[in-house]
Amino acid sequence: MKKKTGLVFFPAFDYAISPTHPEREERLLYTQDQVNEEGLLDFDNIFEFKPDLCTPEDINRVHFCVPGIDELVHASHLISVGGTLTAADKVMTKEVDNAFALVRPCGHHSMRVVHGTRGFCTLNMEAIMVEYIREKYGESHGIKKIAIVDTDCHHGDGSQDIFWHDPNTLFISMHQDGRTLYPGSGFPDELGGPNAFGTTINLPMPPNTCEEGFLYVLDEIVMPILADFKPDLIINSAGQDNHYSDPITNMKFTAHGYAVLNDRLKPDIAVLEGGYSIESALPYINTGIILAMAGRDYSQIREPDYDAEDQIQDPRITDYLKRLKEVTFNHWENREALRSQVYPDQSFHTRENSIYYDTAGIRESQVETVRTCSDCGGAVTIESRNESRPKRPIFAVQIPRFCCDACRDWAEEQYAAADKYTYEQVFLQDKDNDLYLEK
Amino acid sequence: MILGIDVGGTHTDSVLMQNGKILRKSKVMTDKSDLLKSVMNATQAVTTPEDIKQLRRIVLSTTMTTNAVAQHQLDPVGLIVMSGPGVAHGELPLHDQAKFVKGYMNHRGVEAEGVDEDEILALKQEFAKQGVKHFGVVGKFSTRSPAHEKAVQALLDDHAGHVTMGHQLSGELSFPRRISTAYLNEAVWRLHSQMADQLQSYLKQLGTAVPLYILKADGGTIDVEASRHYPVQTILSGPAATIMGVLPYVPTSHDSVSIDVGGTTTDIALFADGAPLLEPKGVQIEEHKTLIRGLLTHSIAIGGDSHVRVENGQLLIGPERKGSAMAFDGPVPTPTDAMIVLGLANIGNKEKAIAAIESVARDFGKTTEETAQAIMDLACETIAAKVRSMIAEVNAKPVYTIHEMLEGKVLGPSDAIVVGGPAPYMAAQIGKLLKMNPIVPGDSDVINASGAAMARTTVELTLMADTEERLMSVAEEGVLTDIPRGFTMDDLIEIGREKLENVARIAGAPEEDIEIEVADSQSFNVIRGTATTGKNFRVRLQIKPGLSKQAGKHAAN
Repeated sequence: MKKKTGLVFFPAFDYAISPTHPEREERLLYTQDQVNEEGLLDFDNIFEFKPDLCTPEDINRVHFCVPGIDELVHASHLISVGGTLTAADKVMTKEVDNAFALVRPCGHHSMRVVHGTRGFCTLNMEAIMVEYIREKYGESHGIKKIAIVDTDCHHGDGSQDIFWHDPNTLFISMHQDGRTLYPGSGFPDELGGPNAFGTTINLPMPPNTCEEGFLYVLDEIVMPILADFKPDLIINSAGQDNHYSDPITNMKFTAHGYAVLNDRLKPDIAVLEGGYSIESALPYINTGIILAMAGRDYSQIREPDYDAEDQIQDPRITDYLKRLKEVTFNHWENREALRSQVYPDQSFHTRENSIYYDTAGIRESQVETVRTCSDCGGAVTIESRNESRPKRPIFAVQIPRFCCDACRDWAEEQYAAADKYTYEQVFLQDKDNDLYLEK
Repeated sequence: MILGIDVGGTHTDSVLMQNGKILRKSKVMTDKSDLLKSVMNATQAVTTPEDIKQLRRIVLSTTMTTNAVAQHQLDPVGLIVMSGPGVAHGELPLHDQAKFVKGYMNHRGVEAEGVDEDEILALKQEFAKQGVKHFGVVGKFSTRSPAHEKAVQALLDDHAGHVTMGHQLSGELSFPRRISTAYLNEAVWRLHSQMADQLQSYLKQLGTAVPLYILKADGGTIDVEASRHYPVQTILSGPAATIMGVLPYVPTSHDSVSIDVGGTTTDIALFADGAPLLEPKGVQIEEHKTLIRGLLTHSIAIGGDSHVRVENGQLLIGPERKGSAMAFDGPVPTPTDAMIVLGLANIGNKEKAIAAIESVARDFGKTTEETAQAIMDLACETIAAKVRSMIAEVNAKPVYTIHEMLEGKVLGPSDAIVVGGPAPYMAAQIGKLLKMNPIVPGDSDVINASGAAMARTTVELTLMADTEERLMSVAEEGVLTDIPRGFTMDDLIEIGREKLENVARIAGAPEEDIEIEVADSQSFNVIRGTATTGKNFRVRLQIKPGLSKQAGKHAAN
């Protein structure tokens, strides 16, 4: 069925991390050529929109930028995030049925605390968009439960970190096995915090998984879980680096397969993430995704160098994916019972994280504490230190959306008690009141 | 002296101009069956044999090809399309009459699948049997490499027919539009050729060898002989003629808008620092979206003769025109009647105008005077609202660099040039609503003819160079040439400039009008692995629409 599809296209032809970096000026050049040559914008149900700029308020709903936004964020980020918010607006106001933010640079490796750029990402576009939608449209449009399906080849560790304690956001990441690729995380036993156990789902796939395998995982695992979770909104964190021609990964997905995936997943909003085969894959994948989202015929999408024989999947991969399905459903169906095994009954749970920023060359160490709560996602505190700087750590307090009174009281106490002698900076992020304080 | 002729559906207008001033003007009836006669009558109405000797140029604007498309009087075209994978064939324009054949290029112009000669030769026989004599050959990304289109053209080539190759018509990317444009070029080919022949005999009869030009959709002119190859470019030149006629009144130091209030519709165009804005991709005629460069116009169905009435207590104007104003014995009340009642216009029969507005006033429950004012207010506000939305739309156009996003030009017109019959009566109020300075040019009854007369020749060229492959291409010419090591963007622009100067001369541009500008230039790295192996330069050069130096001085400056 034909749908009205919005396209926010921002290739940032004047931005690169460095001249030969994969995240560089011409990354979407050939995609733009293909989209123009195919005449996609002349279809009566495809509309292009100019991105808006995102604001500090939008960023502060999700991130703790250290030392601050101005020191970390480039104009390109404000536009790429702004573009996702434009896409969200067009969908929420029903100007279009769905939208694709074809913007760069990417964002899904960015976590709550941001000391710099990691995995080419500085700001988490999907997360900022989710909180923007909840803040602006949540009540009026009845949007509470949101599902993010991350189809980038790399584990979406930033999004996982941000939604780790959020029971209303189902985060599903399909990616190449972390033992063989950056960032090295995203295993099936990473299932979420004590108050949101089970709403983080990781589906690592072996190198060389083909179209058959991807669609098996989609049809047999992702779609049934989505049907069970019943989200009000589905977001595709649409990385394109699972393609067989991608230079920095090892998978064998196809342009046609990406179109099928989006046709079946039917995301309300898709956001471009990674994908660095800028000549051989991106032009075809993006054409396929746009056609699929618009409900147009994508059956003739095929790369010039497509090789049908290369798409015959190793049976060991097929067997592995069947086991992955069993494991995943075991976790999903028994998540209540498993929670008490993983998180023993105690008032607070603390974990230590060591986070490496490959792009910026920073090592961050974190101590995160969450208040165990059956009434809300639980208030969280994070003590974070940038190991490469001889400074005191920062202290961040997070009050979740739909926060209960007990968690709020505890969080406000933590913020009040944190002193400037111990900490370089102290932050309070209050999602319910859309407030961001720093002392 | 220059002569401008606008052959419309009803009237043929002509002007004889010198130094930007109209010496003589005329309106004669168009003889639809005999173009030559209409043009000759219009010429004789404004010139003496002595004037003819002093003419520097003649420019003609005609809706003949436009009407042929609108009335589906088109020749059959053998359409051969090399699509390759991508958007499904069923989604492409003219897919029910196109023959889809093997062969396609990728986005860098590298062959992905070759042409099958036997397939083309078989098609050639099939077309021969059907008596098809006109062919359009279109390949995806043929602007990046025309090799396939040329190969098919060579196979079809014989003296029996004519072939248009997609890449010749535009350097822009858009495969569906390329198909439509190539098709239309062949579908009006014979008609346009006949017209060119007639115009040659017209010149012979006049006994002059003065250059004769035809107006194109982008408001530029092309020599009538050169136009034989690109008849499609003369489609939809009507609105362009008006805009070029307005141009002498458009200030070059800031932005403006032109508003052409007709009987049924009002056409709006925008100017950035004196230059008319172009359609981003190309003009649309009937159902055909094309790559024909054209001036950007938005229309709204409201004009001096629009039907005025009251429905459910609400005053309505248009969209229909039932006839002329009642002051001119028309059937229903119109805004023109209201203007006469208000004393703004001193035309027609005032009594009949008053009777017309009285009939509206009865339904509206106000006095005749108040009703006339309400009609006037609504008409002006409707037009002003359309102008505002068009400006907003242009300013909301997506951009693709951070620089343009943060510092890009925002169009902010400060002058409104109002033309058309009701212009003198409405300009002040529209100007006030838009907070713009209203300007009403004189002689606006023949503005299309004077616009055509003054327009300069426009041309464009799309170039690309790949220093890794050591090749450069000129899309419209379909040539690939080797480039030396160390080739730069400046080298590409310099080569393009020389080529375009020649293209301009062939199109008939006088030397003083050859002012080439870089419309667009982009440079990208080509990277293999982690090393920069070359550069990809993209340049678009143009002579943009404007007034010919032969037309004399600019009225606004």
